[in-house]
Parts: sequence; C-alpha cells; structure tokens
Amino acid sequence: MKEKAQIVNPFLYVLPDLMELTDFLNGIRNLCLAGYSPLCFFGTARQELLCGMALAGKEPILLRCLFPQDMQYQSLSMEFPAFHLFERELWEEFGVTPLGHPWLKPVRFPIGGQQSMEQYPFFSSESSALHEVGVGPVHAGVIEPGHFRFICHGERIEHLEIQLGYQHRGIMNLLSQGDIRQKMPLAECIAGDTAIGHGLAYCSAIETLCNVSVPTALQTVRLIALELERIAMHLADLSALAGDIAYLSGQNFFAALRTTIINSSLAICGSRFGKRWLKPGGINYGLSKEQNSLLRSTLEEAGRQIERCTRAMFADAGVLNRFDSTGSVSKKAALELNFSGVTAKASGLAIDARCDFPLSAYTEFSPLCLDSGDVFARASIRAKEIEQSLDMIAHMLSTLPPVSAKDSVSLPPPMPDKLCIAITEGWRGRIVHVVKTDSESGTEFYRVIDPSLHNWFALALAVRNEGISDFPLCNKSFDLSYCGTDL
Amino acid sequence: MFNLLKARIHHGYQAIHDPLNAAIHPSFPGLPTILRACKEDFCAAGSFCPTGAIGDNSLDLGKCVFCGECTRRFPATFAFNPNFRMASSRRESLIIRWDNQSNTCTAPAVEVNAALKKLCIRSFALRNVSAGGCNACELELGASSNVNFDMGRYGIEVVASPRHADALILTGPVSKNMEQAFVKTWEAIPDPKVLILCGACAISGGSFVNSDAISRDWLQTMQPALYIPGCPAHPLSIIHGLMSLLGRVK
Ligand code: SF4
Repeated sequence: MKEKAQIVNPFLYVLPDLMELTDFLNGIRNLCLAGYSPLCFFGTARQELLCGMALAGKEPILLRCLFPQDMQYQSLSMEFPAFHLFERELWEEFGVTPLGHPWLKPVRFPIGGQQSMEQYPFFSSESSALHEVGVGPVHAGVIEPGHFRFICHGERIEHLEIQLGYQHRGIMNLLSQGDIRQKMPLAECIAGDTAIGHGLAYCSAIETLCNVSVPTALQTVRLIALELERIAMHLADLSALAGDIAYLSGQNFFAALRTTIINSSLAICGSRFGKRWLKPGGINYGLSKEQNSLLRSTLEEAGRQIERCTRAMFADAGVLNRFDSTGSVSKKAALELNFSGVTAKASGLAIDARCDFPLSAYTEFSPLCLDSGDVFARASIRAKEIEQSLDMIAHMLSTLPPVSAKDSVSLPPPMPDKLCIAITEGWRGRIVHVVKTDSESGTEFYRVIDPSLHNWFALALAVRNEGISDFPLCNKSFDLSYCGTDL
Repeated sequence: MFNLLKARIHHGYQAIHDPLNAAIHPSFPGLPTILRACKEDFCAAGSFCPTGAIGDNSLDLGKCVFCGECTRRFPATFAFNPNFRMASSRRESLIIRWDNQSNTCTAPAVEVNAALKKLCIRSFALRNVSAGGCNACELELGASSNVNFDMGRYGIEVVASPRHADALILTGPVSKNMEQAFVKTWEAIPDPKVLILCGACAISGGSFVNSDAISRDWLQTMQPALYIPGCPAHPLSIIHGLMSLLGRVK
C-alpha cells in the first residue's frame, strides 16, 4: 500500500513571477528529466504561457513566461512527447508556433483557430499498395462524432489518424463567463458520462478559491458518487466490449448491472448520471440511514452478480482469444505520452490521482495495474476496479453517519488573483481543472484537461498492425471522450 | 459453462414489463408542475435558473436542465413529478404555463403523426446524430435499446445508415463543427422522414445557447416532429415520446 501523500489537492497559487522564455523551457526540461510530467501547458489572453508540472505526491510546480516575441519557440515535443497535444492547442488558439513539432495539426478548431474542419491535413501515402479508409464523423451506432482515417495494407492498419473537434462547444469560455459559483450544470456537461468526475473537480476548485472547506461526511458522499460513476461506466464498457465480440450474454448481463448501479444514483439525486447531486459547497442530496443501508445491500447484491459475470466472461475461450494480445500499448508509450487512467494502468503504469494527488477525504489507495497493455488488460483492469470501488464504497458507507445536504456550506465570492489546480481521478483517468480569478474575483480563465485529450493517441498506437476489423474492439477498450477532448 | 449458467440464472428476466406504464423512482424529476402563481418566486428563480427556463409564471421544459434549484428553493411553487411523459410535438406546448382562470398549469402533449402511424406500423428506424452532445443523451438513447428498456420490442431501432432511417434523432446543441455533417445526414435520409430533438441541448441549445461555437441556424429552419425534454432525456421519456408520435400509446 502506498503511503498517503502529504499534500492537499486542490492546489492554490498566486501566479509565479514571469520567467525568461529560455529559463521557462529549461525549467520544464529539467523537471521532465527529474520525472515530472506536464499537468497543464497553455496560453492565456494575457499573452502568457503557463505550465504546471506534476510528480506524484508533490505539489505541482507552476512556471510562467510571456509569449515569445516572435511567436515561436523550439518545440518540447520531440524531446518530451507528452507535450505534443498541449503545443498543438497553444498553436491553434494563439498562433504561438512550436518549431520542429512533428505534427502541428488542429485539435478542436475553435473560433478563430488556424484551420477549418474540411482542411484537416491528414497524413497520406503515395504507395499504390496502401489504401485509406475514412470513418465518421457520424457513426453507425449512438456515439459521439469524430473522424478516423486509416491507412491500410490490405486488412492491416498501418496508421490511424484521429480528427476530433466536432464536439467543440466553447465550454471553457462559458465556464469563465459570469459567476463562477453557478457553473455546476455546465461542469456536469464537460463530459456527461463523467458528470461526477468533472463536477467534483469543479466543486473542489471553486471551494478552494472561495476559501471554504466542506464537512468530511459530505466529501465522503461525493467520493461515493465518484466511485459509483466509475463502477457504472466500467460496466458499460464491459458490456460494450462483450457486444463487440458478439459475447451477447456478457453484453446483456453488464448492461443490466449498470442499470442497477445508475438507478441507485437516481434514487438518491434523481439523475442516473449523478447530475445535480454535487454542488460547490457540498451536495444537494444527502444520504439518510435508510438510503445508506439500501445502497449497501444493493451494491452487495450487484457485487455478487458482477463477480459471477466477470468470472464467466474471463473464463470463456472465445472472449480471451479476442482480447488477448489485441491492441497493445507499451508502458514506455504510456509514460512518454502522458496517458492516465485505465489506459496507463493496463500498460503497467501505476498512476492514479486517488493516491498521487488525493483529495482530503481519501484515506489510502493503491492503484491496480497489469502489464500486457492489450484489450485483455484494459478489460481486466475495469473488472478489478469495479470490485475495488465496491469495496471502497462499502467501507465508506459502513462508517458514514446520516448525511444531510443542509450541512453544505455557502460560498463567499472567490478570492481575487488566485489560481487553483484541482485534480480528480475520473473513470477515464486524471481530470485537471485550472481556474484563475482576476482582481475583481471574476474568472480570468478556466482550463479543463480531460484524460482523453492524451489518451486518444493510445488508440492510434494500439491499432497499428491490427486488422481493421479489430478497430471497434480496440476503440471500446479505451472508451475515450469526444466532448471531453473537444470541450 | 457452469459460471455462465449461474450468471444467467441470477440475471433473471430484466426487461421492464411495460415501458409505457412503468413506475419510476419518486426522486426522478420528471414533468414539472407549477403549483401557484407567485411573482417573487418566479422572479427569483428566473434570475438563477442556469438556462433561462423560467419566465413569467412559466417554465420552459425545452430549456430546463433539471438542476432542481427552483424546486429546492421554492417547493411551494415548483414541483417535479416522477412522470417521464414529457415529450411534445409542438415546441410551444413544452412551455408549462400557469392559468389564472383554472388555477392549474398546462402540460405538454404529443399529437399522433398520422403519416407515420400509417407508414411505420411495425418498424421505426432512427439515425442518431450527436452534434455537441455531452454523451449523456447518447447513452440514454443507447440504453433505450438495452436489455432493460428494449424499445426493439416495438420495432424501434437505431440503424447504421441514414438510407435505412425514417427519422433523424438529434442530440446536442449543434456545434458549428458538426453542422455540416448534421445537414448532410438529414439529406441522406430518404423521404418521408422526420426530425426528432432529444434533450434540452437539441431542443433549445440548453446550457450552450450563448456559446459562439454552436450554430443552430439551419436547425431553426426545420420543423421537428417531436421534442423529448431532459438533461439527459430518460429512456422511458424517449420510448414514450416515440410511441406517442407513432400513435401507439393507448
Ligand atoms: S430545474 Fe429547470 S427550471 Fe428549475 S432552475 Fe433548474 S433548469 Fe431552471
């Protein structure tokens, strides 16, 4: 068991002093070499670059400098690929060019961005032996939009390029307009399937900026909500994975189990997605003694059935045959490219914000890990995390007194000129919200980093040399967010 | 094999017996009712309602994201009932209004679409376009076909090609970047066809109505056949709305 880190997430800062560009870049390099990875890296309307560097168990380090005078600098991505998307964002949003970036392409085509949807510069091949397959943005099922461009040799995928941006709704702009304390419904739609993960990051950030602390029991309820969301979505993924390989029993078992879990959320807060459950300052719906024991018995019962279903699924030769060694991602890639969540843990990288940057209500936690990096590993991690989250919830519920929403605290206006970084471990991985208040307690910027932003690249790597027919299976094994990336 | 059998036995029978008349948990915030005319409450709620759904003695179901703030603060004026039957075939009737004469409020209703009733007797094929949706409505639309809700029992399904579709069901506020694909999908569906808006974002732009990254111009030129409120729309609301439109709700 890892020691609980002695740090307090969310992290509150005043902006650090401006550095010279070279010092800024060297500072980042040195931190990277010391094992830090970028948490955030972006430009602001003040024409400044901000970078947050993170190491598990340590308070993230903030670096800041002005945009380079000639609006260009030597790209970090060649040396430290973890920056490749951050640098593309910076280039797209502010026209600051990272020289030598390997693929300076749009990320989400914001208003005033560098290119428009139709002009996406796909990689292409002159070879007559290769052909291209384009899929999307509208897909065959009920799925968010995105475009996948495959370069194939026969049935084999040589390369996959993923064009996103279709879901861009300007959510970071909306979050920074008006009273920051009233943005909960918006925060819940950053990715509606992660209403709690993003909602909790938002709440924690706002509470820190408003300098209030929420009673422990209420915080515990929020962690229970977070784990319920994880269980529900992992079940949805196991169901979809089973569906993709025509293991129809599994598809139906897990779908029904997900219904049970999300209906428990509905019974508490009225929403199957946990929307409206949390609020900055606490919660809107508490947990009475009766609700506590009902939830416990429902989860115990569900836990038993989940165990039966996973045991059946992972003992099925047909299932294992399709999962095993399909869509592998190496630990090296996961580390270099800043992957998190199931994507990283299935490739042997034991990172998890619940122990690396724990919110105060966490006691102890150690992430589950597998090494093979394939569909099997990602499916297994999901199954194991469901079990782990069930245990966590059972433990939390067993010591939780009746909780009333009335114990929520009210929020004074946020402190001026402060910056807050809040980190939560959503079911897809590490969620980072960076909020800065201005001198009048308005919001200067609100930056959101969904784990999918980085993790999409894992899918591109995973399908190389796989048959194109295995793409849906690989895709589902990651189950990444389009709207969380596009924002 | 025994593991599978055990799991199957415990799985039991999961389909909701009658989705059109199913009971839903009392905490579900469905069809709202206005309990009284109260200028102060409406005024106050109008100022904090995140999507401007609250007007002069009215509540617009097409805008409401069911955050619950109005009913938590003013339970004597706003009530949300565990009733999933919220769809409407007219945008106007999504606006719940207080009627001073009768001391009651209005409720949305779906008029049977005569053409669809005649044509789509046993099958109704939907093509979903998600255009800026947050994946909550998408998941609920997906869940409408799962083992619990199973709208396939009525012959209603989501199809993989626009060529096979009778209707386009839109989720999301229509992001600018998705508008062209949305229009093209509509054009690719053969006539006769209808447009269905699923969720607050699709109906009104929801929380995103003031974003300059969305574009509802083309949508505004269309005449949708059905509006299904919710944030997200509940599978039972979706199924009930669709079945009402087809004239198959007794
Ligand atoms: S529940 Fe609906 S009407 Fe009431 S405040 Fe929230 S969005 Fe507005």
